Amino acid sequence: MVTERSMTARLFNGLNLLVLIVLMLLCLLPVWYTLSVSLSDKASAAAGQVFLWPRGFTWGSYETIMKDDQFFRSFWISIQRVVCGAAIAFFVILLMAYPLSKTSKDFKPRNIIMWLLVFAMLFNGGLVPWYLTMQSLGMINNIWGLVLGGGLPVFNVILVMNYLRNMPKEMEESAMIDGAGPWRILFSVCLPLSVPVLATIMVFTIVYHWNEFFQALVLMNKADHYPLQSYIRQVAVVIDPTKMDEETVKRMSELSNQTLNAAKIFISMLPLLVIYPFLQKYFVKGITLGSVKG
Amino acid sequence: MIPKSFSKHFYIMLIPGLVWLALFNLYPMYGVLTAFKEFNPGLGIWKSPWVGMENFQYMFELDDSKLVFRNTVVIAFAKMVGNLLVPFVFALMLNEVKNRLLTRTVQTVVYLPHFLSWVIVAGMMLDIFSYSGPVNQVLSGLGLDPIMFFGNAHIFPALVVGSDVWKEFGFNAIIFFSALTSINPEMYEAAAVDGASQWQRLIKITIPSIIPVAALLATLSLGNILNAGFDQIFNMYNPSVYSTGDIVDTWVYRAGLIDFQYGLATAVGLLKSVVGLVLITISYTLAYRFANYRIF
Repeated sequence: MVTERSMTARLFNGLNLLVLIVLMLLCLLPVWYTLSVSLSDKASAAAGQVFLWPRGFTWGSYETIMKDDQFFRSFWISIQRVVCGAAIAFFVILLMAYPLSKTSKDFKPRNIIMWLLVFAMLFNGGLVPWYLTMQSLGMINNIWGLVLGGGLPVFNVILVMNYLRNMPKEMEESAMIDGAGPWRILFSVCLPLSVPVLATIMVFTIVYHWNEFFQALVLMNKADHYPLQSYIRQVAVVIDPTKMDEETVKRMSELSNQTLNAAKIFISMLPLLVIYPFLQKYFVKGITLGSVKG
Repeated sequence: MIPKSFSKHFYIMLIPGLVWLALFNLYPMYGVLTAFKEFNPGLGIWKSPWVGMENFQYMFELDDSKLVFRNTVVIAFAKMVGNLLVPFVFALMLNEVKNRLLTRTVQTVVYLPHFLSWVIVAGMMLDIFSYSGPVNQVLSGLGLDPIMFFGNAHIFPALVVGSDVWKEFGFNAIIFFSALTSINPEMYEAAAVDGASQWQRLIKITIPSIIPVAALLATLSLGNILNAGFDQIFNMYNPSVYSTGDIVDTWVYRAGLIDFQYGLATAVGLLKSVVGLVLITISYTLAYRFANYRIF
């Protein structure tokens, strides 16, 4: 390919690069700013003197968090939620995707079930019916409400199903000739071959459960049972006195300040930042998997 | 050919998923009956008295419900446009950069905000746009008066749309990147032989090649015209911006779970769900007709 060396082309490419770099920095800036605030002293932060570098450097906010039992309790609830949610989703989705990847000739009810799934994906009863039924299922103040409450992740089932459907038929047929039954085929043929798509849906699931904050606000009567994101919302975004006793409100308003909140926000981002290279790889793959359809 | 004996095992494999679906997706749908009832928590959904369309009539009499539907459509539409145009232009710009390391770095960084929860993004935005926050410091440095960004109903929708585009533009560009890589390089080579400039190649080859993808995405996003982003607005809004920032989902939350107007909130939610289902069905049908797009 020929590359232009004319003035306008160089000017265009230079400007283009500049805009892209500014955009890139714009994506990092809020995170960087939050880190700076979290490492500054309270007075400088409150006076708005912190920009890109901590003012009056101190680890104070992080030390305060170390003594905050609720923070760790919520962190632990989030971890439990992510682990249970991912493990359950993994097996349920895998088990469901395999039969559904068959044609309706090989497995009669396949199409009816698919339409049921798509309907459930596109339509929901809304918030109040969801809440009322969660109540009647005993999901109030119950971590299973958080793990299962979002419902069957239909989109992920479809993703894995499409992947299995595009697998060469010969694999399965030769396994059958060797005498393998459906379970053997699922776990010894399909599972190893679909590692990429399974990794993708695991990443979807982990990010979903780590970031989801709303269900706990509705299902948990006490802030003690909140996962991390709900807890952060409670302290850093809004203080909702109806969910806390007087003691807690007092304690929170004493502690609540910009630098401490920034530190909490930053720590809650950390797990995602640590696994980010892994996340990015499989998320991007998932998007392209989702786009190559039929 | 799958032997018939496999079928019963297939049913067993489906059980866990179907149970999950029945309890947590389908059973809540039965709760929409609340929209036609005067809900009494002591009696439960089934035994509460029927009131016919009363909740819907009441909804249409309320000024609030018109307002929230309007706000929802305005915000969702602005997001739709922003989330299509910005990633489109961004992908084209990055496509012109030939240094692989640089494009990789930019991509890695701009995808990052997508993975942050709205609690975190709202927490950061509230801080950055606060009265003594860095944006207002810059403004006062320029000799301007500080602005209560999150307390101003005129500015709030722009903040919502802007922060959503900020969070998602990189990620939404992925689909364009994959469309760009599938353009046949021979076209560029042929154009270069014919003496086409970089600009001409962009206008005559690159853009026409990814317009179909953009059209498909636009069609599919039509189904989301009533989804203005609950998670985001719920974490960003406050009573002083209700006039422009309150959307159907946030209103339903307050009416239903804070004020306990179960019947009314369910009715509004149901209206939204039904309209949403119709719109999504239309957009998927269009996408199937014109682009052969299928979900399964």
